[in-house]
Amino acid sequence: MVEAVQNPDLTADQQLADVLRDRLASEYGDGTEIEGLVRLSGGASRETWSFDALKPDGGRQPLILKRDPMDRQVDKTFEGVPEGRLAVDRLTEGRLIQLAGAAGTPAPTVPFFLSADEHTTPGFFTHRLEGEALGRRILREDAYANARPKLAFQIGHAAACFHGLDLDTLPEMRGLPAAEELLHYRTIMDSFQQPHAGFEYGFRWLRERLEAAGNRYTLNHGDFRNGNILVDENGLAGVLDWESAHLGNPSADLGWMCVRSWRYGYHDKVVGGFGDVTELLDGYEAGGGGRISPDEIHFWQVFGTLRWGILCMILGFTHLDGEQRSVEYAAIGRRAAETEHDLMLLLD
Amino acid sequence: MPTDRPNAAELVEAVREFLSDHIAPNVEGQLAFHTRVAINALAIVERTIAQGGAMDAAELDRLKDLLDRDGNLEDLNEELSRAIRAGEMDDRKEALLAHLRQTSEDKIALANPRYLTKRG
Repeated sequence: MVEAVQNPDLTADQQLADVLRDRLASEYGDGTEIEGLVRLSGGASRETWSFDALKPDGGRQPLILKRDPMDRQVDKTFEGVPEGRLAVDRLTEGRLIQLAGAAGTPAPTVPFFLSADEHTTPGFFTHRLEGEALGRRILREDAYANARPKLAFQIGHAAACFHGLDLDTLPEMRGLPAAEELLHYRTIMDSFQQPHAGFEYGFRWLRERLEAAGNRYTLNHGDFRNGNILVDENGLAGVLDWESAHLGNPSADLGWMCVRSWRYGYHDKVVGGFGDVTELLDGYEAGGGGRISPDEIHFWQVFGTLRWGILCMILGFTHLDGEQRSVEYAAIGRRAAETEHDLMLLLD
Repeated sequence: MPTDRPNAAELVEAVREFLSDHIAPNVEGQLAFHTRVAINALAIVERTIAQGGAMDAAELDRLKDLLDRDGNLEDLNEELSRAIRAGEMDDRKEALLAHLRQTSEDKIALANPRYLTKRG
């Protein structure tokens, strides 16, 4: 599981415990108690909490709460980009996890939501699943040795399930076809006014090959990578962190899964450091997503690599512009060099 | 640049060692994570002080060759970005890619050299 972090503000914990007792009483009955409340790391822009609900009937339900941060919002805006970052609110995120699960994607159960009031930001609850979400451990630890060879296929299958959701059944969300999504990141990069020859070449390469992107348009997870999947000894246990969901080309999710940054050095395994593209595409086809060409995946792998570079720049400039001074964001800004390096390996 | 020793590189090294030896072992959670991030950031500064000058000079030479004009690093990089975007470099793709690859290798050598070798 993700590591617990110290919370310096105990009164905030106390306030949340009150909110939770109140909310859970209406689900499990009066007298529901909270045990082991701890904030999990992983994402500065959201709060994720883990705890057990002790029900009045003696039952115990391990839960996760994900809610908007109480103290600040760091969603950066950009000159010329009216929609800001492509992302959904917590209620939409929880609803999407429900829909994905119903469509056959392994995902945690979302039993109920948390509405905003004077004591809390909005959020949703999930039943806490057992498993490992840290990418490095998934690739390294013996416990997942039998899971790793299955993962690429299972992930392809899981993606086909949620990509197959009828657009009419989805909550209202933003979306961009491939050409416009490319322009979206182009405009964000331009807003920083920092010339970047390597990324320019990446944008030009993509623009000239737009026909390879395909023209399907579906739900996108938006951050579908090793690090946002929960794995147990049998393989994929859940797809997590749907906050970047949007509408777009479904191969964007598959290409993102192939970006080098989440292979943690296991570069011979293109898919997340654990699998091959063929396995991913086989699973996708088996899940009903159809057969996707390697060229289309390559396009979206390049796109994803460039997109991760721009996202690194966004965080670097979130620090530089003073919106959120942070040594972590400053350091992530320089990780753009990693994606530029990866881009050069992919491009001809 | 009038200076006594310890010079800039040696001061950064001293701060990095202080964080590494005296702060990192005594903090946990988010603070430990941010301390490691800070240590890595200072290591970038040390590598930049040691290697950045030679890299800048080589990059400037490459840019002058590629664009066939004089100028400073900032101007020529701006010009190169504009030219790529306008499609003006399409007929010099091999030379352009050689330059971009060398530039990205230098960047990674400063920002995170272990990225190329680290596993797990």
